[in-house]
Amino acid sequence: MTDFAEIWSYLNEGPLLWLTATLIAYGIGDALARRAGGRPLVNPVLVAVILLAGLLWATGTPYATYFEGAQFVHFLLGPATVSLAVPLYLARGHVRRVALPLLAALAAGSLTAILAALGVAAALGVDTATLTALAPKSATAPVAIGIAESLGGSPTLTAVLVLITGMTGAVVATPLLNILRVRDWRARGFAVGVAAHGIGTARALQVNETAGAFAGLGMGLNAVLTALIAPWALSLFL
Amino acid sequence: MIAGIALILCFQLGGEVVARGLGLPVPGPVIGMAALVVAFLMVPRLFESVRSPAEGILSHLALLFVPAGVGIVGHWNALGTQGGPILLALAVSTVLAIAVGALTFVAVARLAGAAAEGDERAGAGRND
Repeated sequence: MTDFAEIWSYLNEGPLLWLTATLIAYGIGDALARRAGGRPLVNPVLVAVILLAGLLWATGTPYATYFEGAQFVHFLLGPATVSLAVPLYLARGHVRRVALPLLAALAAGSLTAILAALGVAAALGVDTATLTALAPKSATAPVAIGIAESLGGSPTLTAVLVLITGMTGAVVATPLLNILRVRDWRARGFAVGVAAHGIGTARALQVNETAGAFAGLGMGLNAVLTALIAPWALSLFL
Repeated sequence: MIAGIALILCFQLGGEVVARGLGLPVPGPVIGMAALVVAFLMVPRLFESVRSPAEGILSHLALLFVPAGVGIVGHWNALGTQGGPILLALAVSTVLAIAVGALTFVAVARLAGAAAEGDERAGAGRND
C-alpha cells in the first residue's frame, strides 16, 4: 500500500485537489449563508476564503500550489465580466427613461468611492502598493482585479479589499438610506450597486426587485467608469 | 450553449487584443462587455444564444472571487501593519459613496421631472 504522504505529494502536483477543495469550500459557505437567512455578515466567499486559508496553513501548502488548481475558477472572471453585457442589455429601457439621474449618480458615486478611499488611506500613511490595490475597490471583482493588474497593483490584495467593500455596503445601505430618507428604490439600488458591486446588488435584490435591477445596472456601469478614472485618480495621490 | 460560450470568449479575446494593441488602461474584458452590449443592440438575435451561459456564470459570480481571496494568506503583513487605516478608508468611502450616489440620483430626477414613477414604486415596495 502506498504511503499517504506519497499520495498527498502526487495530488499536490496536479490541479484536481485544490480545484475540488475550492468548490467544496464555496458550497459550504453558500449553504451556511442560506441557513443564516442571507444576513450579509455570513458571506459565502468569506466563509470559503477562511476555510481554504486555514487548510493551506494547516497543511503547509504554498499559495502558488493552491492556485495551480484554483486558476480554472479564477480564469472565469474574464468571461463573467463580458457576461455583464446581459443584465445591462436587459435594463436598457430603464436607462433611457432615467438617463440623466443615472449618469449624475454614477459619476458622483464612483468619484466619491475612489477619491474618499484614496484620500483617507493616503492621509493615514498607507503605502503606494496598497493605494494601487485600493483604487478600483468599488468595481465588481473581475474588473477591479483586472484594473489593479494593469496598474501594477496586487490582484489578491484587491480581491480582499473588494470583498470587504461589498460586505460593508451590504450591511450599511438600508439603515443609511433610511436615515437619509431616500425612498426612491431606483436611487437606493443604483447607489448601492455603484458603491458595493455584486455583494451590494445581491443585498438590494433581497430588499426590493426594482432596487436589485438598478443595483445590477450600477455595478455594470461603474465597472466601466472605474476602469476609466482609477488610473487618473491614483495619479493624484502618488 | 457552445455558440454562446464561444461568442463570450470571442468578445473577451477581441477586447484583450484592442486593450493590448492600443495600450489602453481599461481591462480587455470590460471592452468586450461594452462591445457585446453594442452587438446586442445591432443584432438582437445574438442575445438569446448568449443569455443562458452568461446568466449561468453570473449566478455563481461570488465563487469566482474565492481563488484571489485566498491570496490574503500572502498579505497578512500588509493588513497587519496598515489594517486600521485600510478598513477606515473602505468604511468611510463606501458610506459616503452610497449617500452621495443616492442623493444625487434623487436631486437630478426631481430636476428632470422623472420622480413620479420612482416614488410610486417606492410606495409599492414599502408594503411588501
